[in-house]
Amino acid sequence: MAVTGLVLVIFLLFHMFGNLKILISVEDFNHYAGFLRTILNPILPGDTFLWMFRCVLLLCVVLHIWSAARVTKQDYKGKGGRGRYSIKKSLSPDNTYAARTMIWSGIIIVLFVIMHLLQFTIAPAAFGNPHDGPDGRAGMVFTAFGNWIFIVIYVIAMAAICLHVSHGFWSAFATLGANVSGLTRKVLRACSLLVGAVIFFGFLVPPFLIFFGVIN
Amino acid sequence: MKINLRIWRQHNGKEQGRLVQYSLDGVSGDMSFLEMLDLLNEQLTEKGEDPVAFDSDCREGICGQCGVVINGVPHGGQGVAQPVRTTTCQLHMRSFADGSTITIEPWKAAAFPVLRDLIVDRSALDRVIEAGGYISVNTGAAPDAHAVQINKKRSDRAFDAATCIGCGACVAACPNGSAMLFTSAKITHLAMLPQGQPERVLRVKRMVGEQDALGFGGCTNIGECAAVCPKGIPLESISQLNRDLIASLFKHDGKDD
Repeated sequence: MAVTGLVLVIFLLFHMFGNLKILISVEDFNHYAGFLRTILNPILPGDTFLWMFRCVLLLCVVLHIWSAARVTKQDYKGKGGRGRYSIKKSLSPDNTYAARTMIWSGIIIVLFVIMHLLQFTIAPAAFGNPHDGPDGRAGMVFTAFGNWIFIVIYVIAMAAICLHVSHGFWSAFATLGANVSGLTRKVLRACSLLVGAVIFFGFLVPPFLIFFGVIN
Repeated sequence: MKINLRIWRQHNGKEQGRLVQYSLDGVSGDMSFLEMLDLLNEQLTEKGEDPVAFDSDCREGICGQCGVVINGVPHGGQGVAQPVRTTTCQLHMRSFADGSTITIEPWKAAAFPVLRDLIVDRSALDRVIEAGGYISVNTGAAPDAHAVQINKKRSDRAFDAATCIGCGACVAACPNGSAMLFTSAKITHLAMLPQGQPERVLRVKRMVGEQDALGFGGCTNIGECAAVCPKGIPLESISQLNRDLIASLFKHDGKDD
């Protein structure tokens, strides 16, 4: 879970960085989106690399969910099922809201990712924004975020991802053995919050700027 | 002082338990928590009721026998916020206000079945130790004290980890009922010492495998265990266990026959 989680965090940061190209210009964004489909050409033909990349990501997602299901089951059994103590106090600074709700933020993220892929990759036409419009792929983004419903959905989804990462990032390092002292733990947790915040704001800046017409 | 108690009563492992209210007068602030329970049991016995069953042995905070969840905190200390970490027997009634209500429950985890009232069966922890928490040496004349050298930092860390008394508070506090802090304390203790090296790689695999097989939960790095540990075993012990476990995957002697 730790290794696949960190791979997905790196992907998210890269995805976010790519999205921000829309702040430069529509042409830059479209050029970048086109480039993603031709990486490693001509060593590999067409979008071969893209499909390899998608397979690796899918494998990470599947393994991440599989190990999450396993540990969730083990933990539910381990505490002896529902209804444990009549009073339970939390004393640990690491027992955060994010840590307690990992499974729920995870489920929100899965649902969101399915919608997100349908909207921008699998069936954009069904969402009323085909990718071969006059503005190309950037056009899809402008159509989507002109609609306040999608703004709301994306804010909720990004909040879930931010929470998930804010515990998951440091927890992954601890599981891999990097939590070597109290000070290290503080640094790891601070980095975790930072990565969560960067993802939250980094992904939401373009939609909001589009919605309020700052870029068009 | 006068204390109101809500105590978990459960006749045996099969029966459903419930919280029962008691009112106890004449409690002195100098009494330990267990002496307060002794006083309650005297009164219950006089009235012809069943006394509350609870574990205790040394009553000086070193054996790990006593241990109940007091107001939602294993051993009832305030964890990291309190300067002195405590076992239940070393908690004194002066920590509670006159007239306050105290809820007392047993350790609750799948691997710790309740035997009666506040007594649970913690022998699962012994099974984890049996799986590898030892070193194999042939007995004979004791070696010279300076025959095996070790640096101070490592020996200090081994000693700190070895202070674990196996009370099970970590399992009781963990939202997943995981024994990772307990297991990792023994792993860290033996991993720091030269005598622990020959079996180091296999030990971690066997102990972690055993704790999973016994029905303990998994670690999600919540930290409640370290916050309530009466001996202050740090959370980083678990990362030591994880490092050794990952290393064992790449070592030949990490393979069981």
